[in-house]
Amino acid sequence: MIPEIGLAALWLAAALSVLQLVAGALSVKEAPAGGASPFAFYARPAAVVQALLATVAFAALLYAFAVTDLSVKLVATNSHSAKPLLYKLTGTWGNHEGSMLLWVAVLALSGGLLAGLERRLPERTMQAALAVQGFVALGFYAFLIASSNPFERLPIPAAEGIGLNPLLQDIGLALHPPTLYVGYVGLSVAFSLAMGALITRQVTPEFARVMRPWVLGAWVFLTLGITAGSYWAYYELGWGGWWFWDPVENSSLMPWLAATALMHSVSVLAARDALRTWTIMLGVLAFSMSMLGTFLVRSGVLTSVHAFAVDPERGTFILVLLLIYIGGALGIFAMRASAVAEGKTFAFTSREGALVFNNVMLTAILAIVLLGTLYPLLTEAFDVRVSVGPPYFNPASAMFAIPMFLVMAVGPLLRWKQDTAGRINRELAALVAILVVAAVLIALLAEISVLALLGLALAAVLAIAALLPLRGRKLARVPTATWGMVCAHFGVAVALFGMASESAFTEEKLAAVSAGETTQVGDWNVTLSSVDAVAGPNWTAMEARLSVARGEGAPTVLNPQSRNFWSPVQATSESALLTQWDGQLYATIGQSVGVDDDGNERWQLRIWWKPFVTFIWYGGLLVGFGGLLAMVGRIRDDLRRRKGVQRREEEQADIEELNAGPRTLPEPAE
Amino acid sequence: MSQTNAPMKAKHQRMVLVVLAVLAIVGAGFLAAWALPNQANFFYLPEQMVEDPPEVGRAVRLGGMVAPETLTQLDDGVTVEFKVSGNTADLVQVRYTGILPDLFVEGSGVVAEGSLSEDGVFVATNLLAKHDENYVPRELEGLEQHQAADVVADTTVGLD
Repeated sequence: MIPEIGLAALWLAAALSVLQLVAGALSVKEAPAGGASPFAFYARPAAVVQALLATVAFAALLYAFAVTDLSVKLVATNSHSAKPLLYKLTGTWGNHEGSMLLWVAVLALSGGLLAGLERRLPERTMQAALAVQGFVALGFYAFLIASSNPFERLPIPAAEGIGLNPLLQDIGLALHPPTLYVGYVGLSVAFSLAMGALITRQVTPEFARVMRPWVLGAWVFLTLGITAGSYWAYYELGWGGWWFWDPVENSSLMPWLAATALMHSVSVLAARDALRTWTIMLGVLAFSMSMLGTFLVRSGVLTSVHAFAVDPERGTFILVLLLIYIGGALGIFAMRASAVAEGKTFAFTSREGALVFNNVMLTAILAIVLLGTLYPLLTEAFDVRVSVGPPYFNPASAMFAIPMFLVMAVGPLLRWKQDTAGRINRELAALVAILVVAAVLIALLAEISVLALLGLALAAVLAIAALLPLRGRKLARVPTATWGMVCAHFGVAVALFGMASESAFTEEKLAAVSAGETTQVGDWNVTLSSVDAVAGPNWTAMEARLSVARGEGAPTVLNPQSRNFWSPVQATSESALLTQWDGQLYATIGQSVGVDDDGNERWQLRIWWKPFVTFIWYGGLLVGFGGLLAMVGRIRDDLRRRKGVQRREEEQADIEELNAGPRTLPEPAE
Repeated sequence: MSQTNAPMKAKHQRMVLVVLAVLAIVGAGFLAAWALPNQANFFYLPEQMVEDPPEVGRAVRLGGMVAPETLTQLDDGVTVEFKVSGNTADLVQVRYTGILPDLFVEGSGVVAEGSLSEDGVFVATNLLAKHDENYVPRELEGLEQHQAADVVADTTVGLD
């Protein structure tokens, strides 16, 4: 019964999205100047109720997974009654249909939030945005119902479920996809608002102020989702790496790059009324990248840990949706862009100039990542199989990232509209000095690659530069949004430092050791105490007992495992991590490799000492927190401003009423 | 005068910005088009590698089946050697130092990332094996698994 309710809710939500689209479109078309069309009433409630229905549908699937309802095909093929409850629940989105339902539910929720909360825009622009949002939702409901129905029943209930890919049985799965999806799909609001503003010719600073919190919100979730996903891959896959330039990782990076550019450009539009069309273009680009990412991951053209299903029909469906939405958006853009008047001008040496430069750099990096991701698909058409990895991505993206970081250090120090380098020459000199000194010192002290060297030096410059906008200001009076920028920029420096340090100073040891033997990595002594068999709820494992000590320090015990799951049959390596303030010790255990001369069994150990690797994720968190601060600050300022306006209007009304008072007094009745 | 001048300037600036943006993105495109064929990791089947070996040291990928009875563990405990077979009788010797993927056994499919060394052995830096019973590395999809294994079994009878 519950799954049928879910399916019914999905159909109703789809019907409401049609209503939202039609009512929104009609009210835009027929709105009398300044007035509201009779159709205008429907779009908002349709979006809100739709959000509720989509939530009901998702809750129904969640319930089916929680009770392991094996008459539902999706549960039978992806869950198992012996799984811990948490992983039963997170397993809801650990498969194609469930994750698409989550995607659509988030889409509907963003639409509902937009319709329910946003009252600042001209109503006609709002109606257009809601119509676009309804149109996007409709396509994805159709996709879900027609080719990925999560509620499909089995004619005969299965006796037992097949189980969930053990790599996905991890707390990381509870956090990573939902966070990422909120970010991905949250960009749909930016897309709808951009299209709405374009259609109704309302690309104004007011519009930018409305759009900004939505972009910031989506961007914060994307940032946190990518950070969480990176850490998850790092400790779960057991390969010791934190970013693999895997096509699926790239699919999340591309919307982030576009959203980062959009967030900065929308700020320029809000503050200075410049970059109007560029902001709209980025709004389209960001959500297009979200949809492209969904296509790449969901169509099965890529094989990776993330690709749950390989089904050409689904791929074609999403591709067609993608073409309709991106094509349609670009079509409207082409028709309307010339009608959007130019914004205010600015000099190259100005804060706008720096932001534009970095926007272009971000877009160029996006192009590099996009082309590298699609290249294997392209060559496969000619029957040449290639894979593209760090040797391409690292230097190619660095060519644009390095100038971007340099400008990012200086940009916030510049004034809006027009400035000169001379005004900030002391800061400039200090930053250049830091760059040179850091680079020379590091080059003398350590022998590392050029990219890592530049990364470390730039991180030092960025860390100082991020704090410079606070110089000479009363800290208590600095606006929250500015704190957000400082925090996010500082986070970039922290993350960059972590990345460069990891790539430059990681030490690795691979050895076959028997119990009692000690091996060294960096200044760590690692002793294998024993290897024992252990068992979990749905796995058995060989667990090593490692006693690790730094130099002469007190030893700590680490327990890496090599796990064997039986449903589905699969083996995973569970790494063990020891976190110190200046890095992480990362240990994995391999196989037994026979006996040594004394007859003791030898085991493979792979151990890394990764200096400051944790800074990568601390940095990611700081960046996300900065975004959150900026969002909170902007929303609070906006509420305050609106309250002020309201109060002034009320005062004005009161005064008018007082002035007009005597004349409108009712005649005393006789 | 100034009133007619200002919009012109705005339009002019927009043109300049558009041109700069397009230039940067086209530049990125050219960079990618130049770097991709050089930096991409080409995929070889054993027979292709025997026939037309890649230059020594160039990062490539080698995919095929781990030929039965060729897997040997070296004394250091962390290095293995094995031969990889494809659709023909050609075999390529592979040396790998590291922890083997969990489902790596003789007769299973494998993709080795690495490069050819001067002595003709393919030195792998990473092995991708199937990591559950359903997943097969994409490059091996076209390869008839059992057939290839049988061919190897047939043609290596009587050899070491």
